Amino acid sequence: MPLVTLLPVYHLLLPSFTPRDLWLKDSAGRAGGAGRGRPSPTALSREDLWVREGRILDPEKLFFDERRLADERRDCGGCILAPGFIDVQINGGFGVDFSLATEDVGSGVAVVAQKILAHGVTSFCPTLVTSPPEVYHKVLPQIPVKKGGPHGAGVLGVHLEGPFISQQKRGAHPEAHLRSYETNAFQDVLATYGPLDSVRILTLAPELGRSQEVIRELTSRGICVSLGHSMANLQTAEDAVRSGASFITHLFNAMLPFHHRDPGIVGLLTSDRVPPDRPIFYGMIADGIHTNPAALRIAHSAHPRGMVLVTDAIPALGLGNGRHTLGQQVVEVDGLSAYVAGTSTLCGSIAPMDVCVRHFLQATGCSLEAALEAASLHPAQLLGLEQHKGTLDFGADADFVVLDDALHVQATYISGELVWQATMAGQ
Amino acid sequence: MKLIVTENYSQASEWAAKYIRNRIIQFNPGPQKFFTLGLPTGSTPIDCYKKLIEYYNNGDLSFKFVKTFNMDEYVGIPRDHPQSYHSFMWNNFFKHIDIDPQNTHILDGNAADLQAECAAFEDKIKEAGGIELFLGGIGPDGHIAFNEPGSSLVSRTRVKTLAMDTILANARFFQGDLSKVPTMALTVGVGTVMDSREVMILITGAHKAFALYKAIEEGVNHMWTVSAFQQHPKVVFVCDEDATLELKVKTVKYFKGLMLVHSKLVDPLYSMKEEGRPSKKPYSD
Repeated sequence: MPLVTLLPVYHLLLPSFTPRDLWLKDSAGRAGGAGRGRPSPTALSREDLWVREGRILDPEKLFFDERRLADERRDCGGCILAPGFIDVQINGGFGVDFSLATEDVGSGVAVVAQKILAHGVTSFCPTLVTSPPEVYHKVLPQIPVKKGGPHGAGVLGVHLEGPFISQQKRGAHPEAHLRSYETNAFQDVLATYGPLDSVRILTLAPELGRSQEVIRELTSRGICVSLGHSMANLQTAEDAVRSGASFITHLFNAMLPFHHRDPGIVGLLTSDRVPPDRPIFYGMIADGIHTNPAALRIAHSAHPRGMVLVTDAIPALGLGNGRHTLGQQVVEVDGLSAYVAGTSTLCGSIAPMDVCVRHFLQATGCSLEAALEAASLHPAQLLGLEQHKGTLDFGADADFVVLDDALHVQATYISGELVWQATMAGQ
Repeated sequence: MKLIVTENYSQASEWAAKYIRNRIIQFNPGPQKFFTLGLPTGSTPIDCYKKLIEYYNNGDLSFKFVKTFNMDEYVGIPRDHPQSYHSFMWNNFFKHIDIDPQNTHILDGNAADLQAECAAFEDKIKEAGGIELFLGGIGPDGHIAFNEPGSSLVSRTRVKTLAMDTILANARFFQGDLSKVPTMALTVGVGTVMDSREVMILITGAHKAFALYKAIEEGVNHMWTVSAFQQHPKVVFVCDEDATLELKVKTVKYFKGLMLVHSKLVDPLYSMKEEGRPSKKPYSD
């Protein structure tokens, strides 16, 4: 396998016809991802990737049924093609804070959506931290579900983190705005957020009173319930999973530490008291700072199929080293660490997704395929999107990322369209 | 008849691939002049296909003006079944080269009217001007395509019921479930292959030694259908040492003595690239 650090060479072979068939020539390279009937975890294989009308095409059918060739061929120069990354927890970046109730949250989301293409992210869930109800009512309608494209990564729906979380484990969430739904259960949830149409994930603390009925109501509406910022013991967590919860928000962070007589939420990774047919997924900030590599390895060894890499990035993501004013806070960025200025207090993650994938690979020594799937297939499965996203199976959306052998992003495609390329960015 | 004796399977495969390469290039195919190639499936031709793919990847050979006709296909299994010959050709050859799908022909084992499908296949071969070179392999019982022992030596493309032996041997490809193994196939006839202007048969391995002996040292016999090619004006058998085990020493020595002459068929090796430019990498032997 030739090691290619050059960019893919694109060349047009034939004039275009409609519908367009795009053949990403990968004769010396490999395409990754779950697929082609192979059991997961999959292995990289040498294949060409065919695209038509934004979806991945079965070239054998094209050959024998339609007896056609590709209209256009692109040589990916032996790079790895992997499903586009999906970030289910990102609070902002590039100076934009999704939780800030401005008149124009939409354009802030658009900025982030566009910038994260360079990191191989093709869809994401903008995440709102604990805020007063007015903010939700104002911001949520401004972040609709949106298809990705040259304008930026697709918005799969909002991730609401709080305010129904534990006071003791609130972390950086403002205490004044924490709430409970003890009085009217789901009606309190609706009253707080307003319409939930664009909501995809909701992080709550399951030990709050009437949590089980709220979880049942949310999951029946297709919203993924995640457990986090919580003091819950394992039994409460298991009850929540039986009620429909399927995700754990930034494992290890903002929850009870693992104890052998009560492993807490962490114990869900190996619990045998949850439905075996519904896998538990857990978010992991693999930036090398927020989770010790040893803890990363423990989680991954215990439950590799549930690992979902998240950035949990704050607005300082992508701003570069130095001091930045973000809202009321002054932040000092040094490499992958962001501190409250003048202190040694970490104030959030600023590692982009591709950095997390590389760190995860290096820290756990897992296979390349496992690292790629933790950022693509697993979040897609979590959201029930694995037929369309997080895979390079025939029929899936042609959202994929072109990577060199060290997993540095060379190009990003959404719906078969080139939306970012390393040369375009002048790197 | 020529008999090419090579050291082993991989050399036999490469010799066959080089021969096909030279024949295509010397034919000088173009938009008005297609080279028609008959193709087999099975384990024997796999390395030969790999070599042809390598030549294509290095720019030495193009299949742009090549038409292919496959020997056979099962009846009643889905076209995209992993054991179908469509899948075989796609995975082992077609998807790797620049052939136009319009120029490939494989019998449709799911056609509503199987006999009409066979007749149409013969017509398509005629329309293409007949087959220039038919590459084939044989079974240990000397069958060519699905023309099993006892098949007529003047047979044409038709529906064949598979022998119990073949069905049992194939069961391993269908999870050992006999009920899933196809019991019928469409196949070109011995006569169809005989009509090609040239036939090349690949035979390797000790288990096929008896078949090679029956093919070239005994008389023409419909119980060993491959023996029919003794009456073909231009046929070349490419084998490895193991496949010669049942031949007379005299036969083997005679043909080995001719190797000096026969090797000129593949040496020099022609390329579709401009004259004088070396190919990207030397080919392994």
